[in-house]
Amino acid sequence: MKKRYVSIWFRYLPADWQLIRRPELKEVPFVFAAPVHGRMMITAISPLAGLQGIETGMRAADAKAICPGLEVLDDKPDRAAKLLKGLGEWCVRYSPTVMIDEFSADGLFMDVSGCAHLWGGERGYLKEIVSRLKDKGYTVRLAMADTIGAAWAVAHFGTITPLIPTGGHAEALLSLPPEALRLPEVTSARLRKLGFYQIKSFIGMPRSVLRRRFGEDFLARLGQALGIVDEIMQPLQVPIPFQERLPCLEPIRTRTGIEIAITRLLENLCLRLQKEGKGLRKGILNCYRIDGKIVRIDIGTNGASHSVSHLFKLFQLKIEQIRPGLGIELFVLKAPKVDDVIPGQEALWVGKPGLNDQSVICLLDRVAGKMGPGVIHRYVPAAHYWPERSLKISAIITENPLSDWRTDKPRPTELLKKPEPVEVMALIPDNPPRFFIYKGTKHNVVKADGPERIEREWWLDAGEHRDYYQVEDEQGQRYWLFRSGHYDGERYQWFIHGFFA
Amino acid sequence: MNAKKELIGKLQRDILLWQGFKAQTGDAAKAIGLGEIESAFPTGVFPKKAIHEFISVEPEHSAASGGFIGALLSILMKEGAACVWVSTSRKLFPASLCLFNVDPERIIFMDVTREKDVLWIMEEALKCEGLAAVVAEVHGLNVIESRRLQLAVEQTGVTGFILRKDARKAPATVAAARWKIMPVPSETEEGMPGLGFPRWNVELTKVRHGNPGSWILEWAGDRFVEVAKVKQETMGFDQEERQIG
Repeated sequence: MKKRYVSIWFRYLPADWQLIRRPELKEVPFVFAAPVHGRMMITAISPLAGLQGIETGMRAADAKAICPGLEVLDDKPDRAAKLLKGLGEWCVRYSPTVMIDEFSADGLFMDVSGCAHLWGGERGYLKEIVSRLKDKGYTVRLAMADTIGAAWAVAHFGTITPLIPTGGHAEALLSLPPEALRLPEVTSARLRKLGFYQIKSFIGMPRSVLRRRFGEDFLARLGQALGIVDEIMQPLQVPIPFQERLPCLEPIRTRTGIEIAITRLLENLCLRLQKEGKGLRKGILNCYRIDGKIVRIDIGTNGASHSVSHLFKLFQLKIEQIRPGLGIELFVLKAPKVDDVIPGQEALWVGKPGLNDQSVICLLDRVAGKMGPGVIHRYVPAAHYWPERSLKISAIITENPLSDWRTDKPRPTELLKKPEPVEVMALIPDNPPRFFIYKGTKHNVVKADGPERIEREWWLDAGEHRDYYQVEDEQGQRYWLFRSGHYDGERYQWFIHGFFA
Repeated sequence: MNAKKELIGKLQRDILLWQGFKAQTGDAAKAIGLGEIESAFPTGVFPKKAIHEFISVEPEHSAASGGFIGALLSILMKEGAACVWVSTSRKLFPASLCLFNVDPERIIFMDVTREKDVLWIMEEALKCEGLAAVVAEVHGLNVIESRRLQLAVEQTGVTGFILRKDARKAPATVAAARWKIMPVPSETEEGMPGLGFPRWNVELTKVRHGNPGSWILEWAGDRFVEVAKVKQETMGFDQEERQIG
C-alpha cells in the first residue's frame, strides 16, 4: 500500500498554550524570552507580536523598543518538547504512529496509511484534525502527502492546497522555496545567493553537481522529500501488536464490572495469542477514568501462558489496586512481552510431578504477582567451600544444578546469617572446646568432631581462616563452632555458626 | 483370642468411620518408614492428606524439627515432586538438606515479611497439586486459619507442615498431629571418636483418632532407625481426647 503522511505544524505553540491558560492575554502582544550569554533573547512570539514586526531571535530589549506594550514572559527550555509530546499522545487517536518533528521541534508527523477512510476520506480526516485542534485553541497548518518531507514542505510553505494527491508530491514541491526541504541555514543561504528561489530551478540538475556544491546531506533531504530515500523516525508510542480495548457505555465502578471487563479482554487477547502460538509474559491493564486519570496494573508470568483462567487469577489479585473514582470508561489490555508457547504433551499416564509442572508455575506466578519480586528463592550449589557462598540463587525455575551438592562434610541444618561470638574453653590448643557459653548459657561439650579447616577465599575478601568443630553438649544438642584464626595468633575468636539437627 | 482381636479391630474401624475419619487408599496407604510411630496413627498409616504441627521453642529444637521434616520430605518427595518452604525468618541452610536425601534445588523457598502472607501462600500452595509438601514457619495459628488450611489439604492431598517457632502456648488447632522433636545425645560405635547419626526424641503430643506417644529415632543416613520406645500409655491418651473434643 502507498504510504501517506500528515505533517502538523504548530505555528505559535508556546503562545497558544499560554493563551489557553490565560485568555486575558488575547489583546496583548507577548513574547517568550530566555537568557543567552546574559541577554534576554526571544524564543517564541504570539501572533499579535508577529504583526508588530517582532521575530524570534531578537533581543527582548529591542522588541520592547519596537512595541512598547510588549509583555515578556520567561521561557523554560523543555516546555515546547513537553507540549509536543502531550499533543502527540493525544493525536494517537488519529493514527497509531505519531512522530515528533525533530528538525524544527514545533510539529508532529503521523503515518496515516490506511487511517483516513475511517473519517470519511482524506479531506474529512484533515478537516476533523484541524477543527479539533482549533477548538482547543491551537493555530495549526496541516498537509498530507506521500512522504514526510513533502508533507512538511507543504505544511510550512504551501499556498494552494494542503492535500497533495497520491503521486503528486514531486509536482507540488516545484514552486516551493528551497527552505521547504528542511535544510540547514548555511545551505539555504548559499542556494539563495546563487539565485535558486524555487526548488524547480535546481531539481533537474545532475546529482554530482549538487553534491559537490551543497554536500551529501542536501541530496538526502531532497531524496526524502521526493521519496527516493527512506526516512526513519522513532514513533512516540511503539504500537503493541497484542492489545485489546473495551469501551464501556456506562462508567464502571464495581468490582464485578471490572472483573467482567478483564474476562472479556482476556478472552479476545488469548484467542489471538493462541492462534499465533504465543503466550503472555507481561500484561498491562490501563483503566481510563472519566476524570481523565489513567489507572494501571500489570502482571507478569514465569512462563508464557494464554490461559484465560490463569491470567484472570493474576489480575484478580490486583483488582483492589484499581480506584475507579467516578467510573472507568475504557479498558485497554496490552501484552508488551509475549513468548512462544511450547505446547505441553498430554501425558497418557500420570507423569512425575516436578518443578516444571504447570500447576507449580501457576502458583509461582500468583505468589510473584501478589508479593512482588524477591520473594521466591531456589538454590543451586556454587563451587565454593566458604559456607555462606556454597549456594547461589537460581533465577530460572527449570535450571538444573551444574555440580552435585557436597555431602562428604557435615553442614548444619540451621545456619546463622552472621556468626555470633561465643566464649570457649579448650584444654589444649587445636583441641575441640571443653565448654562454651552462648547467650549466657554454659554448654559442656561431651562429643566433638573436627577441626575442618576452611580457608578464606583471598581473591574475594581478606581475613582469617576458620577451623570448624561439630560439638554435642550434655542434652544432645549439636552445634557448629569455629575459631577464626590460629590459636597462637594475635586475634583469634570463637564463633557459633549453626545448629545441627 | 484371635477372634476377639479381630472383633476389636472391626469395632475400632467402625468407630473411626462414625467419627468421620476417611481412610487413605492406594499409594497413600503405604508405610513410609517411620516404623513403630506409624502405628500411633489411625489404621496405622501416616496421614499424608493432613496438616502436621511441629512445636519448637529453642533454636536447637527447631533445628531438630527442620532435620526431621527434611527426613520426612525425602520420603514424600521421592516421586520428583517439588516442595514449598514459606517463612518470615528462615534459618534453614538449604545445602544441609542433601544429608537427608533431599535435593535442595527442588525446594522453593518463599521469604516474605508478614505472617499473614505466609498463611496466604501456604493455603495457595496446598491447593497446588504439583507439589509434594508445603512447610510453613509461623508464630501463632488460630482455629479459623488452621481450618482453612485443612480444607485446602483435603482437596489435593498435599502434606502440610507447620513449624511453630517460639510458640510456648499450644492453642487448639485442627492439625492431625502435633509433634515435638528434641535432640538427644548421639551414640557412636564402640571406641570411635566424634559424633554419631542425628538422634531425636520424637514426641507425638496429639494425634487425631490415634494414640500419642514418645519414641527415640535416629536418621541413619538414608532411613529412620528406631532406637527405643518411651510410650506413655492410656492415661495421657484419654486426657488428650477430651481436649480435642
